[in-house]
Amino acid sequence: MSNSIVIRLPSKKRLNAQVPLSSNSFLITPGSVITEDADYMRGHGTYTNDDEEDHKLYASVAGVVERINKLVCVRALKTRYNGEVGDIVVGRIKEVQQKRWKVETNSRLDSVLHLSSVNLPGGELRRRSAADELTMREYLKEGDLISAEVQQVHTDGMLSLHTRSLKYGKLGQGCCVTVSPSLIKRRKNHVHNLSCGVTIILANNGYIWINSTAVDGTKTTGDGGFVVDTEPVQMDDREAICRVRNCILCLSRSSVMLYDTSVLYAYEASLQYQVKELLLDEIATEIVDQTLSLLERESSGNG
Amino acid sequence: MAGLELLSDQGYRIDGRKPDELRRIRCKLGVFTQADGSAYIEQGNTKVLAAIYGPREADQNMRNQICHDKCFLNCEYTQATFSTAERKHRSRGDRKGQDMSTHIKQTFEATIQTSLYPRSQIDIYLQVLQADGSNYCACINAASLALIDAGIAMKDYVCACSASLTKGKPVIDINHVEESSDCAELSVAILPKLGQIVYSELNGRLHANELPDVIDAVVRGCKDLFVVMDRTVREHLEETATTFTHS
Repeated sequence: MSNSIVIRLPSKKRLNAQVPLSSNSFLITPGSVITEDADYMRGHGTYTNDDEEDHKLYASVAGVVERINKLVCVRALKTRYNGEVGDIVVGRIKEVQQKRWKVETNSRLDSVLHLSSVNLPGGELRRRSAADELTMREYLKEGDLISAEVQQVHTDGMLSLHTRSLKYGKLGQGCCVTVSPSLIKRRKNHVHNLSCGVTIILANNGYIWINSTAVDGTKTTGDGGFVVDTEPVQMDDREAICRVRNCILCLSRSSVMLYDTSVLYAYEASLQYQVKELLLDEIATEIVDQTLSLLERESSGNG
Repeated sequence: MAGLELLSDQGYRIDGRKPDELRRIRCKLGVFTQADGSAYIEQGNTKVLAAIYGPREADQNMRNQICHDKCFLNCEYTQATFSTAERKHRSRGDRKGQDMSTHIKQTFEATIQTSLYPRSQIDIYLQVLQADGSNYCACINAASLALIDAGIAMKDYVCACSASLTKGKPVIDINHVEESSDCAELSVAILPKLGQIVYSELNGRLHANELPDVIDAVVRGCKDLFVVMDRTVREHLEETATTFTHS
């Protein structure tokens, strides 16, 4: 153990390459007037005064103004997760209550997972009995990580989740990375099997789950997704998981949007380094630069 | 501190500033990764760290404070043991700290659009690392920046500044020496773009005729502060927004 510790002074954050914002969006800070025109619609992150004469639209958060026809929104760059129906989330069980679990999903209020919206062992159409209520803790207990889908958004912003698909359920051995929810690009598919033998769930709430594809492939209908494989994970799989984790951290630190392509490009760029080196500033910068240039080449190739 | 001349004949204050001059301001957003929003501000030698957690599910032991139509604020103000010249341990619930917490909480209740976050809780943690006068103002400014960093909806920035009166002249952004002299101290928090005063507190006595002058001076100070704060926020936005929107 001769060269095992690296100690550095904090360095100033490197400015990202300036990418011009698209023509109809610009930056704004709270209290600024977005428009004085009265016929715009008030979206998220904006407010009007109750005053009758005052038709101005003000921003209430600092972020990027987005206009969709007559609707004006201000998107803050860093917020809590705002759920939408159909989103995939990763969450941690916080509490077991009667007939439901409370799940922490990085959202404004804790989400709920009803006993009726999970697949219990023994098939889809099983009746939930009182005995099931008593054994809820056997399926999921406090501290367990789950993946789920948003079933419903309540009026106060609370989310109802469901795991009625084999894709969802308890998460076993792997690694969870937390990033800002706004960094996750909305896609059709949020679960990706990367070619390096790693499965990632880029959940919409900013919790990213990384595990080995080999372990993941054992889910069967019988257990309802609550049985976790505790077979030891192979060393090279672990290394791949760690590499993906560090790549995601590099990208999120420079606020690069996360989706399958960007993660894969970062992974490829990282292969020339050791896993532990990836967290060093200059190597992280190198990887981000390479990823961005690859992404740019791809987008210019398509367009 | 009797006998100490707060304003020299040439019109300079003890630390060499002019009466309407602020101390040097340095601020930074996003200093913590774990918190939802955080900021650090230095106003001269007064240094404050602010961290925001939330809006989040209300804590179990705060259950009685939950509102069904808005969120509630929980504010905690602490001064580090080493923040003053005399090393002194301050317990978390001391009178001064609690008073300060309440004042800060009231200021932000007037500014945050609490009705957007029903049944939630927003925590504001403030830590004074070095106290050199105008602690309240530095705390408000730091918390304001941290709330913006957290993406919490507010009507406007909140900028706070203090002022005093010596030799018939209003002096703004007062430091510890000026604060501990027997002059009156006026702290004001304003919404600079909307031009509203959300908080004002006067310690000591001031003649009614002189009050308008002091308020004018302090509001001007707040607006100067706002310029610095707005610039910091915009720089921070530009830094993070670029790669973001490029998708």
